Amino acid sequence: MTDTLKPRDGAEVEQAVNWALAGGQTLEIVGRGSKRAIGRAAQWDATLDLSGLSGVTLYEPAELVLSAKSGTPLAEIEALVAANGQELAFEPMDYGPLLGGAAAAGTIGGALSANLSGPRRVKAGAARDHFLGVRAVSGRGETFKSGGRVVKNVTGYDLCKLLAGSWGTLAAMTDVTIKTLPRAETEATTLLFDLDDAAAGKLMAAVMGSFADASAAAHLPAPLAARIAEIATARGAVTAFRLEGVAPSVVHRQAVLESLAAPYGAIGTLGEVASRALWRAIRDVAPFAANGPAGARDLWRISTAPSRGAEIGRTLAQRVQAEILYDWAGGLLWAALPPSDDARAGLVRSTVATVGGHATLIRAPAAVRAAVEVFEPEPPALAALTKRVRESFDPRGVLNAGRMWAGV
Amino acid sequence: MTVAMPELDSAVLARRAEIVAALKRIVPGEGVIASEEAMRPYESDGLTAYRALPMVVVLPETTEQVSAVLNYCHRQRIKVVPRGAGTSLSGGALPLGDGVLLGMAKFKRIRAIDFDNRVAVVEPGVTNLAVSQAVEHVGFYYAPDPSSQIACTIGGNVAENSGGVHCLKYGVTTNNVLGCELVLMSGEVLRLGGSHLDAAGYDLLGVVIGSEGLLGVVTEVTVRILKKPECARAALIGFSASEDGGECVARIIGAGIIPGGMEMMDRPAIKAAEEFVHAGYPLDVEALLIVELDGPRAEVDHLLDRVQEIARACGAVTYRASNSEDERLLFWAGRKAAFPAVGRISPDYYCMDGTIPRAQLPLVLRRMQEMSAKYALRVANVFHAGDGNLHPLILYDANKPGELDRAEQFGADILRLCVEVGGVLTGEHGVGVEKRDLMPAMFSETDLNHQQRLKCAFDENGLLNPGKVFPTLHRCAELGRMHVHAGRVAFPDLPRF
Repeated sequence: MTDTLKPRDGAEVEQAVNWALAGGQTLEIVGRGSKRAIGRAAQWDATLDLSGLSGVTLYEPAELVLSAKSGTPLAEIEALVAANGQELAFEPMDYGPLLGGAAAAGTIGGALSANLSGPRRVKAGAARDHFLGVRAVSGRGETFKSGGRVVKNVTGYDLCKLLAGSWGTLAAMTDVTIKTLPRAETEATTLLFDLDDAAAGKLMAAVMGSFADASAAAHLPAPLAARIAEIATARGAVTAFRLEGVAPSVVHRQAVLESLAAPYGAIGTLGEVASRALWRAIRDVAPFAANGPAGARDLWRISTAPSRGAEIGRTLAQRVQAEILYDWAGGLLWAALPPSDDARAGLVRSTVATVGGHATLIRAPAAVRAAVEVFEPEPPALAALTKRVRESFDPRGVLNAGRMWAGV
Repeated sequence: MTVAMPELDSAVLARRAEIVAALKRIVPGEGVIASEEAMRPYESDGLTAYRALPMVVVLPETTEQVSAVLNYCHRQRIKVVPRGAGTSLSGGALPLGDGVLLGMAKFKRIRAIDFDNRVAVVEPGVTNLAVSQAVEHVGFYYAPDPSSQIACTIGGNVAENSGGVHCLKYGVTTNNVLGCELVLMSGEVLRLGGSHLDAAGYDLLGVVIGSEGLLGVVTEVTVRILKKPECARAALIGFSASEDGGECVARIIGAGIIPGGMEMMDRPAIKAAEEFVHAGYPLDVEALLIVELDGPRAEVDHLLDRVQEIARACGAVTYRASNSEDERLLFWAGRKAAFPAVGRISPDYYCMDGTIPRAQLPLVLRRMQEMSAKYALRVANVFHAGDGNLHPLILYDANKPGELDRAEQFGADILRLCVEVGGVLTGEHGVGVEKRDLMPAMFSETDLNHQQRLKCAFDENGLLNPGKVFPTLHRCAELGRMHVHAGRVAFPDLPRF
């Protein structure tokens, strides 16, 4: 049982890191632990639990800005902004059910550290794009800040971007400021049926380049569609497009989309309630949930150019019986592979490398995550820069050491 | 010029002839410019109050040449200042007398346009507008649109994280760039990101964008291109008090409407613009708001009706909605010509660029009027109202002794005020040399040291664009030292389990 330090404020976080530095200890940084199973299976001397740093400290809806302590539950923030007709437009996914944990257990700090996003990534960006300001304790045991509370800011380097997606390896965030945006008045989803992956990819590209202005486009092959209640009755593959906005706009764009999609076959529609439920399921990759039929499979998250998604999917399906969920108009692949000793990392990465992009092993037993690279390995010059960046914030390798790559 | 630049390295200057010869071996032909007369056009950027002749100008044409030039300078400990089109308003491309000015103007090709993936791969010397022009035949465009877009280049946009009038809805450069090829000061060539979303590993692209040429030189950029909205309409709304205009902006956003553009001008700016362009602006108002909505016609008309209701409720004294594309462009003509319009009513003007929380606008405008009286200089304001980015234009006459100094002091006071009310020193023009010495108003030494250590990770000898952004130059070895206070923290007083 490792030591757990649970600071109550930023000053105590600084103390904790200095304690670790003084004793040559390493720290695992956790919020509420919802994404703890992601990353290399590394060992730390003690745990730095940031869940005690909780609470929204500023929310001004008309200024589109919210500040919170890093351990604030994301669900609390989402409920607060929803009560004001707003949302976090980056639509942070919930890894909980995918990893076998509880739903809605994450913190805002965790969402930013993992650079979460969702189906709206194609239109509204990821956490990085909504992260305005931060206060954090670096691996030097010093508190620093970057950014601010305004959306337009080029004063100094944008360290928020760097911390987003750094998985706690550069600094322990204590306070964060994010952008909030009005939630769309309504939404609807247009469905196409029985397309193969390649045809779906073509249609998704056409729609994303049209006046339909879709805020999400996903393709679910038949076995996956069957696992989501809202589309299970289709009894086949489903390609889905979300349209959000004011009602007259949604109606108009539905017509635009339908005329574009007409040559592809029959068209279905989901109204607001079913549409919201469908995209939540896609956001959280529900067809691959830990308690579902694919729960024992190893899970890869692959980002590539949308037009090349189907190509990667075909290879992985043929070679290793992968099940693939396509989001981001084909640019994001969730690939669930039958369990193996190495999660077929070599094949996955070489397949992605031929078309460009990167792959992260999101779910696999600890032994597998200890045996293969979880995050995309970098070419030597880039890996060296990554290491120097890491060391500029954490020269002794105290914070989440080895979580992303060995030695980083 | 009131800002101190790094001391000239006399050892480097003594070897100038040798350095020029070595650079000519890397970039043959006309690519190395060493005569004073031919270097003159490079002595300043858009911030013309600051001038310096570089030691030599190099205009490479290939990534290999950029890499070789940087590697040579890295080994020889020679400073390098990168430059795009030289439109920086903060002195980001101000040359150093003992440095190489690395001009990227010859990187002018659009390498690929990929409509299926909605990206364009361009060289850094391509102008911002040229990207949109290259894709407009299929109805696409590149969203960030800084007002210098005819001249400014994508490489410069990456360096400065440029914005524009549409960035509340469509984001700034960092939200619209997916990848780049980056040459480090050592000459190493890296690829960050690509045609996919979210680069692997650390978001290095996210820190390179907006790094003002201090971290590396970009030789290729992959930008997102978007389908142009079906239509756009603008409303021109006048208020008898800036508070009313500010309230209107807040209520529009509060109603869930994110306009494509939302600009505000104060009385002096309205007057100057109207006299210059005759856009039909009302002259008896204190604040004029341009609200532009874009999207499908049905949406635009629907939302414009709501904007009109909100404007009425906020006490608007004039309201006009554009009914044709010509009329919409006329509404914008005045705003877009605001800077030259102000140039007509004053021999010189100094353009500032702070961002404030929008609710602070009335207070900031009031305080600015007090400063205007104190410094005996007029000020006109244009304001990206949606995102709180304020551009006060301070009017002065450089030929009158002391006026430039007063204008600079006035400007510094405005920026300190922006920070005081919760805003920042610069929204889109960059720190450069102009705001460098104001950085401590916003950041502590610890904050700045964390930024400078990041610079060390990219450029260990501090040779790339030194003297910009950071008020104090530190050696990387000195910044890297650790001071662990073991005794004091052996048993931290915090809950443990």
